[in-house]
Amino acid sequence: MTETTQMARLGAVRPTAEIVAARLKRRHNAERRFRAVGLGAVLLALGFLGVLLFTIVGNGITAFVQTSIRVDVTFDPAQLGIEGDTSADALAAANYQAIIKQALYRTFPEAKTRGEQRQLGAMVSSGADIELRKMLIADPALLGQTRSVWLLADDDIDMAVKGHIPRQPGIAGNRLSDNEIRWLDELESRGAVKTRFNTLLWTSGDSREPELAGLWGAVVGSIYSLIITLLVSFPLGVATSVYLEEFAPKNRWTDLIEVNINNLAAVPSVVFGLLGLAVFLNIFGMPRSAPLVGGLVLALICLPTIIIAARAAMKAVPPSIREAAAGLGASKLQVVTDHVLPLSMPGILTGTILGMAHALGETAPLLMIGMVAFIVDIPATPLDPSAVLPVQVYLWADSPERAFVERTSAAIMVLLLFLALMNLSAILLRKKFERRW
Amino acid sequence: MNSPVTVHLPLGTAKVAARSLSVHYGEKHALQSVDLEIRAGEVTALIGPSGCGKSTFLRCINRMNDMVDGARVSGSLTLDGSDIYDRSLDVVQLRARVGMVFQKPNPFPKSIYDNIAYGPRIHGLARNQDELDEIVMTSLERAGLLAEVKDRLTESGTGLSGGQQQRLCIARAIAVGPEVILMDEPCSALDPIATAKVEELIDDLRDNYTIVIVTHSMQQAARVSQRTAFFHLGKLIEVGDTEQIFTNPQQPLTQGYITGRFG
Repeated sequence: MTETTQMARLGAVRPTAEIVAARLKRRHNAERRFRAVGLGAVLLALGFLGVLLFTIVGNGITAFVQTSIRVDVTFDPAQLGIEGDTSADALAAANYQAIIKQALYRTFPEAKTRGEQRQLGAMVSSGADIELRKMLIADPALLGQTRSVWLLADDDIDMAVKGHIPRQPGIAGNRLSDNEIRWLDELESRGAVKTRFNTLLWTSGDSREPELAGLWGAVVGSIYSLIITLLVSFPLGVATSVYLEEFAPKNRWTDLIEVNINNLAAVPSVVFGLLGLAVFLNIFGMPRSAPLVGGLVLALICLPTIIIAARAAMKAVPPSIREAAAGLGASKLQVVTDHVLPLSMPGILTGTILGMAHALGETAPLLMIGMVAFIVDIPATPLDPSAVLPVQVYLWADSPERAFVERTSAAIMVLLLFLALMNLSAILLRKKFERRW
Repeated sequence: MNSPVTVHLPLGTAKVAARSLSVHYGEKHALQSVDLEIRAGEVTALIGPSGCGKSTFLRCINRMNDMVDGARVSGSLTLDGSDIYDRSLDVVQLRARVGMVFQKPNPFPKSIYDNIAYGPRIHGLARNQDELDEIVMTSLERAGLLAEVKDRLTESGTGLSGGQQQRLCIARAIAVGPEVILMDEPCSALDPIATAKVEELIDDLRDNYTIVIVTHSMQQAARVSQRTAFFHLGKLIEVGDTEQIFTNPQQPLTQGYITGRFG
């Protein structure tokens, strides 16, 4: 049988073009379906992200402002309890709560009973005296004078002003008494209530009083932890990768090490927390709740990520570059330090930043080493007890006051901002130094 | 002696001499008891079909095979009479004397200047910047590249054309001041015009350097080399003056290869 007769016979049954054309429509449909499913998945994911961001921003945006109440405060030495003594120590120890209360009683003279006066006094934050103390220490000449001062409002007042809790008596969720609602309305009508940028959120540590609670302690704790993490995991990770990739013989032992490093990347982080508790706290006796220990534990967690990224980056450096350098008489170390490392550094740094971003968001292992403690002070060194951002989120989310709800969301926004910045820098780094061979 | 042809030269004229040189890659016997002498001031071409061991032989001369896992070398290989595989010989020192140019141009992703200055820098060949400049300029000049790149020494070496890149790699090898230059199919990735330039350059370099070139192109071997060695299946089949190899080969295998019956 010749080829032509064979072709003719096939053609007589059904020409190829016809068979292809018949299937073409099905193929196109399959492609369209696949594309639609893909697009749907992307839109769904974006939708979830949108809902998440919308909820967080909606809940948290008001935390960046804080309600204050204007009162005419008289710096009365008798009330302050500092007759004649204007030394700094005396000014610092003076009773500012008393002059705040007196100022409030003067504003609303109708509050006569002890119960009413207590309610009136509670409209201002228990931390409002700090501002007055600062004023007087800065300018002792204020003693005996009266000044109009914006005082930090209590968190319930703040929530009512922001509209997070209802202000009508008898409605579920209202936390203000009838008196308080009346006084608040009165103050608002006098223009003595306003919301200001919430500086305390950025400058103070945690507090049981929502209006006094700030993120700065957690931010500093996170920064200390990440510095420790970077200092430990980057050199260790790069050294490990260089050794495994460039120097180690390829045998059963290095295979075993490689498998174990990959497994470590998949170990739940809480296990690393327990390891940190057992080794760093119990054996080495390092301080509890300290960013030092947190950073060490986080370093263990990012180490596999960094090693895997660094090895991949080094593998991507073409062997021809190594050969070129070796051919010129560069020693093995010179090949690594002069060529392989500089060329793979963008990839290594990208991996490191992503690892650090992972570490920044890590919570569970830090609970294990006691970083969940309630800490008011801003840590001065990595050895001081401290919170970190995600743990602060956890702590605030656990608090019952309504005002902590918006603060939780605000803390999440700050955390997400840091994460986004880190990921953005990783992307920019990759874009800038990406090299095609 | 397994090799059918053994060349006996007075010792003084051999720059590189292999005696019963064998290379194993794991189980594979890549080079089988090769006896070959490379003469100073000549271009020696190594030809043969793929996998014949010619590149393996070349890479023994600057111990590039050290980088291959499971490579074992036996027999003796000498450079100016001293053993290349002597334990006391530092491979860094050897490679400063034996430069190499690779199949694919592989300039460092650095400036043209830094590409050439790298070798002198790691060996400490220049005592100051002026000397380094001098070395870079001379090397570029010798590689016939100076006129083309002298205005853009700070630009990346990877931005040059393929042929220019390969000449840059040759300049980079020259900059270290080697005695022997090994070339592993240096023109296989180049177009005919770039190839012609590199071949011309090889011819110019012959006066100052001993050159060993592996090539797949018999025309190239005929054009640039004075001696040619034909390898087949890990064995050295025949070696002789290039003219003699191409006009009057002694071995039937050589005859078959150069007339294109296999390979």
